[in-house]
Amino acid sequence: MKRELALSNSISTPGVAAGRLPARTCEENFADLRPPLTAHEAAVAAARCYFCHDAPCVTACPTAIDIPLFVRQISTGTARAAAKTIFDRNILGGMCARACPTETLCEQACVRQAAEGKPVEIGRLQRFATDALMARDRHPYERAGPSGRRIAVVGAGPAGLACAHRLAMKGHAVTLFDARAKAGGLNEYGIASYKTVDRFAEREVEWLLGIGGIVLELGRRLGGGLTLDGLVDDYDAVFLGLGLAGVNALGVEEEAAENVRAAVDFIADLRQTSDLSTLPVGRHVVVIGGGMTAVDAAVQSKLLGAEDVAMVYRRGRDRMNASGFEQDHAASTGVRIITGARPVRVLGEGAVREVEFAYTEDGPDGLRDTGETFRLRADQVFKAIGQKLDGSPGGLALEGRKIRVTGPGRTSRKGVWAGGDCVAEGDDLVVTAVAQGRDAAEDIHAALMV
Amino acid sequence: MATLANDFLGIRSPNPFWLASGPPADKEYNVRRAFEAGWGGVVWKTLGEDGPPAVNVNGPRYGAVWGADRYVVGINNIELITDRPLELNLREIKAVKRDYPDRAVIVSLMVPCEEQAWRRILRQVEETGADGVELNFGCPHGMQERGMGAAVGQVPEYIEMVTRWVKAATRMPVIVKLTPNVADIRYAARASRVGGADAVSLINTVNSITSVDLDTFSPEPTIDGKGSHGGYAGPAIKPIGLHMVAEIARNPETADLPLSGIGGISTWRDAAEYIALGCGNVQVCTAAMVYGFRIVEEMIAGLRLWMEDKGYERLSDFQGRAVRNVTDWQHLNLNYTAKARIDQEVCIKCGRCYAACEDTSHQSIAIRENRVFEVIDAECVACNLCVITCPVEDCITMESLPVGAVDPRTGKVVEGYANWTTHPNNPEVGGEPPVS
Repeated sequence: MKRELALSNSISTPGVAAGRLPARTCEENFADLRPPLTAHEAAVAAARCYFCHDAPCVTACPTAIDIPLFVRQISTGTARAAAKTIFDRNILGGMCARACPTETLCEQACVRQAAEGKPVEIGRLQRFATDALMARDRHPYERAGPSGRRIAVVGAGPAGLACAHRLAMKGHAVTLFDARAKAGGLNEYGIASYKTVDRFAEREVEWLLGIGGIVLELGRRLGGGLTLDGLVDDYDAVFLGLGLAGVNALGVEEEAAENVRAAVDFIADLRQTSDLSTLPVGRHVVVIGGGMTAVDAAVQSKLLGAEDVAMVYRRGRDRMNASGFEQDHAASTGVRIITGARPVRVLGEGAVREVEFAYTEDGPDGLRDTGETFRLRADQVFKAIGQKLDGSPGGLALEGRKIRVTGPGRTSRKGVWAGGDCVAEGDDLVVTAVAQGRDAAEDIHAALMV
Repeated sequence: MATLANDFLGIRSPNPFWLASGPPADKEYNVRRAFEAGWGGVVWKTLGEDGPPAVNVNGPRYGAVWGADRYVVGINNIELITDRPLELNLREIKAVKRDYPDRAVIVSLMVPCEEQAWRRILRQVEETGADGVELNFGCPHGMQERGMGAAVGQVPEYIEMVTRWVKAATRMPVIVKLTPNVADIRYAARASRVGGADAVSLINTVNSITSVDLDTFSPEPTIDGKGSHGGYAGPAIKPIGLHMVAEIARNPETADLPLSGIGGISTWRDAAEYIALGCGNVQVCTAAMVYGFRIVEEMIAGLRLWMEDKGYERLSDFQGRAVRNVTDWQHLNLNYTAKARIDQEVCIKCGRCYAACEDTSHQSIAIRENRVFEVIDAECVACNLCVITCPVEDCITMESLPVGAVDPRTGKVVEGYANWTTHPNNPEVGGEPPVS
């Protein structure tokens, strides 16, 4: 049946259809974007590090991994020691090695970027080291003796996982809640598939939980059975790593048309589909937005066999949140990037057929329409214009539309900490979420152990 | 156009690049390839006396030290002199010399410390038409246990005696190859000269163990779990070679003794440095072993280009030009004062200079806002460590203060030349001895 499907459809099949490409082609398309370094490649790459003083790459890393030290450890043949250096600061160093936009973080700051335009390949070296240690059976950290304290962590995404692990290390008993069927948050549901192949997100969670002392409760949602008041009563401290479950609306006519959906939902479906040739995708796909989610949705549509994919962003390229590397990657897979245009109308009877855009100009008074419009054919539209908090949990003070925190994740309510995308200081990066979760854990520990 | 034509002891070769006695010059096949590649001459791998040839280990005979990216810093070896029959080597030498009359063919020799043994082999070598002989008094491993090689080279009296025998027995030019495994190379050079040597070549390899296998706890290279010291060669030993060459060149007793420079020569630049320290030509081994014979093309082209840039028409135009600048510490100008200068335009802000200076030197580099690194003249002693650690060429340089300027570190005016021999802290001058 699947075989027939694959043969009957092609990239030019009208509408939204599965099996536009043979299963094998699909599989190849979704292979590791940046394959692991071999030992030889790692040695060559590591030898390029200058072991800078107060290294700019460390400053650029939200988790402040001691990069020169771990790279030197790789070059001296101790990749597992290197991994420990990484995990000491960032327990999700494995995922960050894959998902971090290193080209705008550590590698951008690398002095060899200044010297030769070619930074040390920090991300790939980090993967080399973390893979080496994670391949071992034993979890590399041990718990301190039991503290007698119980802590609820809500949300098993990067912030919650990092927080839970650090708390468990310190001997606390952690209950880790997540609304979904699997832990991992955006690592499991949100990052492009070719960045985290072979069930890495799942395996990483299993490995992380190897510390012990963390009870994972899935299918438990704040507001759906769990209340903040209840958690505050039942536990010594609460950490919220809720992420952003809501999706911003386009605010245009006919948004409710069929086949117009959130890019994050499309990516989540994709991540949970084992045979990608069974996942339907439009012949003409339009992605609206300019961030990493937009790139991920656009590229993956193309890799599934969409005939043409356009990514439309309202401002100029320089304002896009997607890095130069991400933009180039999109372009290299055949995604058309259109900038300076905003959607004004979704057209189609029932299912979407076209999207109308207005050209924009970025002036001193902000963005304004030039008056000129154009239309793109669209069998499928993905909205990737940002996510938002689904309401304020338990009456916590907000800043903008996210949870307000001070210092290491303290919310307006005593005994409640928060971190990751749901807080005002979040920036949509796994690595930032890890740093916030980790730092909140330290603060919780300090608060509980006085 | 500058010429690289070389005349060393009357032995002519189209360029000063000879292959040193060693594995690359072990047999006809290799030597023909070397000459086709453009080498000016070879010193044929050391011959021993007639009879059962030397034997080699049947496991690794080389060990190495690598730098970044597997750059070979040095190789050591436990290979002995030729392990092929004497008669075969002699036949091949003759054939090669016949076919390449314009190239230098020198034969390295090592026989027991008996005059008759030397006489015998010299007669045989003369029959090949070879241009000269090199006496291997330097091989540090395997042979010295039999009273040959470094066992001779470490005892000046033996050097003199054997050299005298050889000179008496042959009309060929005689080069004595010296071992660096001695406390003062000048004794060996002087003994060679007194014995009548036409030249000395140096340095041979340095006693060494390259590494220890941390699984088996065996030194490298390892033969069935055991290792023996080997002779270290390659870029790592160049500084040792340059120093020893300079010591001989600037010693009045041996200043006129022709030198053939050996030791870590890998590029035209290394060769030029040896020649500038007085060498009449150079010998190369490790670089050829690592990269193959074609490197001589770079050496020839590079040396010629540099000579033309400098206006030198022949090697003798710059040979020995650096010798007069090698002096004893006590004659260095103690009033010369320099300060490090960092070119902010090319600085990549790695901070290595800062780490080096702050941790291990004189705390003379400040970090300003935005990682701007600046030299604190009031602290800088011009040690050069920042220059050495800086990964960018010419980013940090040493600038000398003119006479008359004030050194902000000492507050003193920079004066003209004065050295230790007249320094007030020198007890022999009459000042107080330094308090320890």
